[in-house]
Amino acid sequence: MARILMKGNEAIAEAAIRAGATNYFCYPITPQTEVAEYLARRMPEVGGVFLQAESEIAVGNMLFGAASTGRRVFTSSSSPGISLMQEAISYIAGAQLPCVMLNIMRGGPGLGGILPAQSDYFQATKGGGHGDYRVLCLAPSSIQEAVDLTMSAFRLAEKYRNPVMIVGDGMIGQMMEPVEFPDTFDAGDPTANEAWAATGARGRKPRIIKSLFLDPLKLEENSLTLHRKYEQMKAEEVRFERYKINPKNELLIVSYGTMARICQTAIDELEREGVSVGLFRPISLFPYPEKELREEVDAKNIESILVIEMSCGQMVEDVERVVQGVKPVRFFGRTGGIVPSPEEAKEQIKNLLKKSARAKVGRTTGSVSKRARKG
Amino acid sequence: MHIEQAHKTIFRRPESLAETVTHYCPGCTHGIIHRLVAESLDELGLRERAVGVAPVGCSVLIYNYFNCDFLEAPHGRAPALATGFKRIRPDMIVFTYQGDGDLASIGMGEIVHAANRGEKITVVFVNNAIYGMTGGQMAPTTLAGQITSTCPHGRDTSVTGYPVRMSELLATLVTPGYIERVSVHSPMHIIRAKKAVRRAFEYQTSGTCFSLVEVLSTCPTNWGLTPTEATKWLEKNMFSYYPLGCFKQPDSAGVR
Repeated sequence: MARILMKGNEAIAEAAIRAGATNYFCYPITPQTEVAEYLARRMPEVGGVFLQAESEIAVGNMLFGAASTGRRVFTSSSSPGISLMQEAISYIAGAQLPCVMLNIMRGGPGLGGILPAQSDYFQATKGGGHGDYRVLCLAPSSIQEAVDLTMSAFRLAEKYRNPVMIVGDGMIGQMMEPVEFPDTFDAGDPTANEAWAATGARGRKPRIIKSLFLDPLKLEENSLTLHRKYEQMKAEEVRFERYKINPKNELLIVSYGTMARICQTAIDELEREGVSVGLFRPISLFPYPEKELREEVDAKNIESILVIEMSCGQMVEDVERVVQGVKPVRFFGRTGGIVPSPEEAKEQIKNLLKKSARAKVGRTTGSVSKRARKG
Repeated sequence: MHIEQAHKTIFRRPESLAETVTHYCPGCTHGIIHRLVAESLDELGLRERAVGVAPVGCSVLIYNYFNCDFLEAPHGRAPALATGFKRIRPDMIVFTYQGDGDLASIGMGEIVHAANRGEKITVVFVNNAIYGMTGGQMAPTTLAGQITSTCPHGRDTSVTGYPVRMSELLATLVTPGYIERVSVHSPMHIIRAKKAVRRAFEYQTSGTCFSLVEVLSTCPTNWGLTPTEATKWLEKNMFSYYPLGCFKQPDSAGVR
């Protein structure tokens, strides 16, 4: 199929349809409203369901009801809207239903702003709602990748009967890039969902889709079942990219999404200046590519790790968890809707490399501050 | 008399009700209301394509007592779940069963908008003027002066406002088609309530409109009364503020 120039939000919306998710519930919020506008036109063309709800609280719960039918369901929102959906996300995870949610993140906390940010990392990867549950979380860094991951997300949601969240940011949602949709996409057999969906108790015992288990042993059993799924995700769904990682690197950058893309530009420019730096880009934020990152961290040539995020430092805590203090982890972040330029990233990298060179000269004193925060 | 006639079954458990002992308190009318819903599903032949949405509150375990598919909603969100389900499966019969804390308090937004969109669902709204499951706190429907654990000196309307009349409130909307308030505190009223519940399902089956039946119900435990006293209390105190009757129905031309 030909490449089409599309806005991120619209490309993701089209990807959802092509993955068979013809049931969409929404509430408008910047910077992702084009998803809703696009699907308001497109859903009737494919005989799908489009419904604008009265709030994101209702959207989350419509998704809950809709997912109970066994059909593919989708919603999109941005940070404050996703916060309102947390109630339903916890219930959907507890009831083991598949659904896909898109979070085009904007600056927070509170009403925050409408410009790109990555400050929902904790919420997306550590829970957000109440209870022992996780959401499979994927972070694209280009519109093509957003399309590909969105389509895969529906298969993953059904494989695990669990919510899957695509986290982009205002930049991914608003920019335009050429994208290609696969000519054929096997979205899996939706009739397989008839094994657990509420389809009417015709010739079978009634089915109850719920997250209530008053018997603590039953509740623990449910939580352990969920836990086993998350362990399986850790074994089977880790995604990441290595960019220009080589034995000459002294510094390893860890960054994801839009910020990683900017880091790549900085790395390319530094390469032309004769400076070699590599990037490790987690694509799945949960499950986090722990083993793979640790391998890169353990490389002898790597002296320190620089985490760059569009937040005050959230993913850096996962990196620190992986590194376990064996090497210094430094952090650079801008937030509030500010997208650092490649120049800004380059400056950070160069400064760190200079410091590292100085440290090598007078290594006897050796104390390195764990994080150099700026911005 | 012929033997055949002597052995004819004239009253049995509806197929839509599971053969399970309920957890409800003695004198609570949830059991009666469950039965009215089950009888209606049976009579209209809907059990095999029905999906109920359970609330949070005393009837949270309703799915154990019914013989049809069920979803369990978060507090107050049953109309949103019902909407999501019904939009995708318009061929199925979707009903919510909600108490007053669930529907009139935390779920006020969801019921108003589901009704206003005219979702083709049936809502059974049980109003006993108190929070039952959490142990008798003030509900939006608690009567002025009524004593509960969170208004121990009686509901003071200057502080908490007046009890919400949900049927009247929803009837001000243009879209919802059928709204009726009934009671189940006496046999005569139970018969009338049954007609309303059945009618509500008929409107859904024919794809006519959103339908809601508000059922005045007793809570002897949290009212601190015997079951008999509770039925008298309901008639004496609730009828004047929550008048029975049909507030909205599709007219003969189908225009609402």
